[in-house]
Amino acid sequence: MAVQLEFVKKPKVVLAFIDSLIMVKRSSQHIIRNTDQLLGTFFQPIMFLVLFAAVFGGAVAAALPQGVSYLNFLMAGIIVQTVSFGSTTTAIAVCNDLQKGIVDRFRSLPMANLAVLNGHVISDLFRNSISTVVMLLAGLVIGFRSNATLMEWLAIAGIILLFTLAFSWLSAIVGVLAKSVEGVQWLTFIIIFPLTFASSAFVPTASMTPVLKAFAENQPITHVVEAVRSLMLGTPSGGHITMSIIWCVAILIVAVPVASWLFRRKTSH
Amino acid sequence: MPKKDYVIQVKNLTKSYGENNVLKGIDLNVERGTMLALLGPNGAGKTTTVRILSTLLKFDGGSVMVEGYDVAKDADKVRSVIGLTGQSAAVDELLTGRENLVMMGRLYRLTKRSAIARANELLEEFDLLDAADRPAKTYSGGMRRRLDLAVSLIATPPVIFLDEPTTGLDPRSRIAMWDIIKKLMANGTTILLTTQYLEEADQLADQIIVIDGGKVIAEGTAKELKGKVGKDRLELAFANEKALAAAQKALGAGVVSVDEKEHSVTIAINDTNEDVKSALDTLSKQKIELIAMAVHKPTLDDVFLSLTGKQKKGDK
Ligand SMILES: Nc1ncnc2c1ncn2[C@@H]1O[C@H](COP(=O)(O)OP(=O)(O)OP(=O)(O)O)[C@@H](O)[C@H]1O
Ligand SMILES: [Mg+2]
Repeated sequence: MAVQLEFVKKPKVVLAFIDSLIMVKRSSQHIIRNTDQLLGTFFQPIMFLVLFAAVFGGAVAAALPQGVSYLNFLMAGIIVQTVSFGSTTTAIAVCNDLQKGIVDRFRSLPMANLAVLNGHVISDLFRNSISTVVMLLAGLVIGFRSNATLMEWLAIAGIILLFTLAFSWLSAIVGVLAKSVEGVQWLTFIIIFPLTFASSAFVPTASMTPVLKAFAENQPITHVVEAVRSLMLGTPSGGHITMSIIWCVAILIVAVPVASWLFRRKTSH
Repeated sequence: MPKKDYVIQVKNLTKSYGENNVLKGIDLNVERGTMLALLGPNGAGKTTTVRILSTLLKFDGGSVMVEGYDVAKDADKVRSVIGLTGQSAAVDELLTGRENLVMMGRLYRLTKRSAIARANELLEEFDLLDAADRPAKTYSGGMRRRLDLAVSLIATPPVIFLDEPTTGLDPRSRIAMWDIIKKLMANGTTILLTTQYLEEADQLADQIIVIDGGKVIAEGTAKELKGKVGKDRLELAFANEKALAAAQKALGAGVVSVDEKEHSVTIAINDTNEDVKSALDTLSKQKIELIAMAVHKPTLDDVFLSLTGKQKKGDK
């Protein structure tokens, strides 16, 4: 054999970190190769933004605070909705890997197996960031305006990234548990759809029935939407920023170990 | 005599899925630099054995050592010395052949430079250079299998598991795959291969173990097994039942199987010239009229018939 092979000799933790980076690269390559998904990344958010603004704009205007346009109100909601649905790609990717023989291949290698999950979750973060930027640009084109300072924009970015991370790990759990990719689609639909619509993402909660209102005002998506919205509109956040962070961190504390444990269990029969 | 250097040592391996005892005490040893073929029909337990030996599956009883490491306790150590080519290709469909190789090489802890250089070498060796930068999902079955094997060789592990590497390949791809495997053996790699084809085991392996229903039913070199099975098969067809019955009687103990519907008998032969001649002599002496004859290699059916005296169970 002609090629002299050299091996990386590093402590185990460093190697596990490198494995994760390799898997992030892989998942990101998937995103680029998967042209159907790319369409979702770019066009679906724009379509939602334009449609919602046009359809609900007139009807909801009256319920909005003085001087706030529906588009400015909607922006935070539509971003959070898009990244919520976007995080379900983690579930699909995890499920796909488990259905195919590729996980067996990874398991027969001396690699850190959880790197597979890390790869999907982190690349999902990239993808959702792109979606968000695309939406903001489209919003600017059709009249979205914000007075947020650079610090406030950084805070917005931080909250959205934290939220995406939390939901992607939740999504990883679904991906491990589901028996097929169709199953994943149904499960995420049933979970994400009510969460995003029974929230303040598209309409203020004030007009909802008491039960719905109670639910909407205390679930994580409303907190995240309100946090981002207050930062965008320069209104008082009323504790929503703190609640968003608490929710997301709490989800991560539960979801990361649960997803890892389930993944290990599923792959070591 | 020096002690034998066994790279793979399996003692009394058992595994069951619920009530289904899939492996009922398998023993096998593979010496350094040799190939062992596990020969068996569908459902014999070949894949189960390979998955256990390559750390993918837990087992119930017995012991499994690979390169001196206990598979049950030192899975990570085992993984750094083995390469696995499973029964279904395990490559990333969206990545190109080259990307697959480099990625797996890096996961085997190769440096980036080594992984890229080795990937190139393998692509060339496996005749995949032209397709190297196309996504693997555009590969044909044969190309995918070659890529899959190349991936498991990326870090040149000293031990390779090949689970039915040629099933589903056309004759030309099969021979190409055999050549690749022979080259591996020439480099001193220790190989455990599973197959449903006696001919494949015969072509490649130093040692053959025949398993059925989770048990070893025969073992030896290809030559030893063929001694029991016969080298070739001679099939003789007759016009009607009467001629068939007469032929059966005339040929006596040599008959290994009878097909009543086709009015044909099959006998095992070791020397084509001599044995065919003597069979034909016997028939003509008794004036039994022959309508067709054919010589073929013994199939897995024939092996089972000879070794166990029963037809192998139908395909699942
Ligand atoms: N996950 C599983 N759960 C239950 N039974 C299983 C499982 N995997 C395999 N088996 C059973 O174990 C037996 C042996 O299967 P195995 O895959 O090892 O056979 P094989 O020799 O590789 O066959 P083939 O030639 O078809 O690949 C079969 O009866 C099969 O049904
Ligand atoms: Mg099999």
